[in-house]
Amino acid sequence: MKKLVKNLVRNLGFAAVLLAVLLLAGAMPALAASEQDYEAAFAAAAAAEKQAAWLRNEWTPTEAQLAAAKKAAAAGDFAAAITAAKEAEALAKASVFQATSESERWKDMEIR
Amino acid sequence: MHARHIFLSAIAALVGGVLACVAASAIAAPDKIDPAADAKAFQKYFTDKFPQVKFEDFVNGPYSMNEDMRKQWEEKEQFPPYEFSLEAGKEVFATPFGNGKTYADCFPNGGLGIRQNYPYFDEKEGKVVTLELALNRCREANGEAPYSYVDDEMASLTAYMAFTSRGKPFDIKIPNDPRALQAYENGKRYFYTRRGQLNFSCATCHVQSPGERIRAEVLAPALGILNAMPIYRSEWSGMGTISRRLVTCNSQTRAVPLEPQSDEYRDLEYFLSYVSNGLPISGPGARP
Ligand code: HEC
Repeated sequence: MKKLVKNLVRNLGFAAVLLAVLLLAGAMPALAASEQDYEAAFAAAAAAEKQAAWLRNEWTPTEAQLAAAKKAAAAGDFAAAITAAKEAEALAKASVFQATSESERWKDMEIR
Repeated sequence: MHARHIFLSAIAALVGGVLACVAASAIAAPDKIDPAADAKAFQKYFTDKFPQVKFEDFVNGPYSMNEDMRKQWEEKEQFPPYEFSLEAGKEVFATPFGNGKTYADCFPNGGLGIRQNYPYFDEKEGKVVTLELALNRCREANGEAPYSYVDDEMASLTAYMAFTSRGKPFDIKIPNDPRALQAYENGKRYFYTRRGQLNFSCATCHVQSPGERIRAEVLAPALGILNAMPIYRSEWSGMGTISRRLVTCNSQTRAVPLEPQSDEYRDLEYFLSYVSNGLPISGPGARP
């Protein structure tokens, strides 16, 4: 019985440590909305926009979000910069999708 | 047995191939580039949609669509707001470059009464040449810096050249050259392709909705849409070239506009001008 309690306590202790580690890990990205994370997010957005440019189909809101991301990063607000970069990436991807789907679809609108 | 099997397979492949070819050509057939047929269908679309509008009147943009606006415009035309630009263009056109030559030396017929032939397909370059582009090339060939495609100087020059061509029907030629046909086709594709975050094509506004209001403006029909260019617009409190208008229209859909006189815009102008063949030049124009 004594052994059992001891075991339980030890296990609980282990669980608590585990929990703490997990919590910390979960908190990490938020805590460290780091420059590095921003740079990765921006690079992804810029790559998608480059593809849109290659298709001659950039959107102005994408450009605006890219500019906003740079501005926030320059001010040290990496959380805001990451949000803007992610938005830019989503917009750029949508414009790439548009260009791709229009490559044949434009004919539907043609006067014949 | 084995040989027979191979033989049968070969027949099957052959038949399949022939079928595939037939299918492909059936699908490809409507895609043949036929500018003359396009222009006919294009003009018919607008004359059917607006039976009350006289054919030559399509060149007057929003005024052809709206009676009230037309009255205001007719009053305005007695003191046209492009007059200043027209005078400036006439003067610049006649002023010699540093080397003593003039614009007249760069163009057929001294540059007068030729607007209706632009853009044309230059078989040497293998590309479409617009009037704005030809003007800047003339400047550069004579040692002058090119003008901005979206500013007043270019608008004045094209205003003057359009004015000397008023009443002459658009007479755009597509030579029997696959590159010319492709340029036309590319222009057509650009015109019908949706772009920008708003997912609009030129046709969404100027084919599907001419005569309708967008904010305070009445949309011009795509037929004859370049005949009145360049235009004075109160909203710009000044003149705008074709380049300026294309850039503005692209921005409205939240698309990043292309560089003025990019291949796409040149081809687009070629397409739009060709399908308006027969409609008179009416530029320069004035818009509210
Ligand atoms: C969101 C709707 C919209 C789209 C899309 C659009 N335009 Fe326009 N466009 C306008 C409006 C508004 C005006 C000003 C009113 C008018 O004249 O139609 C205008 C004017 C013009 C004019 C001047 C017509 C005149 O008589 O004053 C031209 C030329 C033109 N557009 C070409 C284009 C081309 C080419 C495209 C595609 C690249 C395009 N537009 C796409 C809204 C649009």
